[in-house]
Amino acid sequence: MSYHSASAPDYLPLPRMRELQLARLRAIAARAYERVALFRERMDERSLDPECLRDIADLARLPFTTKSDLRDTYPFGLFASPMAEVVRLHASSGTTGKPIVVAYTREDLAVWTEVMVRALAACGLTRGDIVQNAYGYGLFTGGLGAHYGVEGLGATVIPISGGNTDRQITVMRDFRVTAICCTPSYFLHLAERAGELGIDMHTLPLRAGIFGAEPWTDSMRRRLESEGGIRAYDIYGLSEIIGPGVAVECGCQDGLHIFEDHFYPEVVDPETGEVLPDGEEGELVLTTLSKQAMPMIRYRTRDITRLMTEPCPCGRTLRRMSRISRRSDDMLIIRGVNVFPSQIEHALLQAEGTLPHYQIILTRQKGLDAVEVQVEVTPQVFSDEVRTLEGLQQRLSDAIDRTLGLRVSVRLVAPRTIARSEGKAKRVIDRRES
Amino acid sequence: MKIHQLSLFLENSPGKALEPCRVLSCAGVNIRTLNLADTQQFGILRLIVDDWERGRQLLQAAGYVVNVTEVVAVEVDDQPGGLVRLLECLDSSGVNIEYMYAFTFGRGGRAVLIFRFDSPDVAIECLRGSDINVLGAPEL
Repeated sequence: MSYHSASAPDYLPLPRMRELQLARLRAIAARAYERVALFRERMDERSLDPECLRDIADLARLPFTTKSDLRDTYPFGLFASPMAEVVRLHASSGTTGKPIVVAYTREDLAVWTEVMVRALAACGLTRGDIVQNAYGYGLFTGGLGAHYGVEGLGATVIPISGGNTDRQITVMRDFRVTAICCTPSYFLHLAERAGELGIDMHTLPLRAGIFGAEPWTDSMRRRLESEGGIRAYDIYGLSEIIGPGVAVECGCQDGLHIFEDHFYPEVVDPETGEVLPDGEEGELVLTTLSKQAMPMIRYRTRDITRLMTEPCPCGRTLRRMSRISRRSDDMLIIRGVNVFPSQIEHALLQAEGTLPHYQIILTRQKGLDAVEVQVEVTPQVFSDEVRTLEGLQQRLSDAIDRTLGLRVSVRLVAPRTIARSEGKAKRVIDRRES
Repeated sequence: MKIHQLSLFLENSPGKALEPCRVLSCAGVNIRTLNLADTQQFGILRLIVDDWERGRQLLQAAGYVVNVTEVVAVEVDDQPGGLVRLLECLDSSGVNIEYMYAFTFGRGGRAVLIFRFDSPDVAIECLRGSDINVLGAPEL
């Protein structure tokens, strides 16, 4: 086993890690206090100043930062560096309201590259690997984040960006690609298309997929791995913190190691904001420990996870977070019942054995919420007999009923009729008037 | 003596049956006969074509989920009692008919029935034993 030199901090002894975190936290809190008006006001309201940080646990006294803070201060209100030091801007797509803008100094970009190198190394990539980077290049952080990571590692990057699926497949085959970075849903789309073109992905040198930008499950992993003939690794990140490279799975594929020398994790109760003990499930809150242009103190990610402190067999001392199962803000309230799309996904998986493409359509009929789950028919389940398909429909709706305690109608639809986004899969269409 | 039947999933909405037929016709694949099973929400189009392997390839490339099943084509007299004799024979064999559909050729006063059996080999043996003509792909 060889280690990339950038990965050294992955193995820091715990006391040393805590020392480093505290020193960095004190410096970054001081920077934010001096340079970011919103943060200073909130600290002053609570009669706090950065000197109060005597222990890493004192972080819990500091105010949270939320996505709306980024929107309210759009575009540059949370920057802690003058524009002369900012060398890169990224922005979210802004599907709901204003976009958010994030900034990087040269140092920040170096940190981002470093954590991406460590992430890719944890997935077993090394010099000599040929990596197809199918994340979108542009304002979205995925493309450039992965790009510099691959180059930093010394592997070969193919900056193909998203889209043009047939060309992706040709390049994958002709350039003897060994690893791919994209969203898990896009990879399934690629595999599906490769099958149609008569290309067996198992015969290609492709051996690893680094999948992020949307939550995915272990059952999804089985599908990605069996259809692609690869090992599938989950990578986590968000633009507000840095982009991809906040946390990643190692070869053990059991939780994502958080690069906590740069991003300090807490898990809080999403309702009360109280910090929860390690191991309890709640909302992930991240503090950037080294980011210069835009320090984020206690950023509410809305992602639900738990921290795993048990040692990992891979030897990394970095704490792990369980895979994101859901977001605290994607909860749907249907006829008064709290529903997470992941529950419906789980029910479909149990009934069908594999995860089909699906979409949840919410409407309101005569004042009542109606749920239709559209499920694409796959070759595995299709039959020439009507009763087999009707039986499938029944099994799926029964499975959802059992999970949610809510009657939904399941509609089988033709393959490829549910829109595949090349970015994030859109699972829910809410047509209810609010 | 079994015939390959292509089945595909269709949504129950206008124009959906036309598209796959057009895919086949553009490529010169001839549809010998077909049957459409429908429910309120979806339909299953079953096709017997002159080149099933090519037909399957074309339809899959066009994005359809295609299932290939083996069915049995049986020739009977196109006159009263023709079907009865056939069904009586099957009845005695204990095979179960999952579904069936029929067509008549424009020649010779014969009709062809397409059967999907739970155990096609038993059915074929039984039919042959009663001198009923089971057709192969070339004859279709």
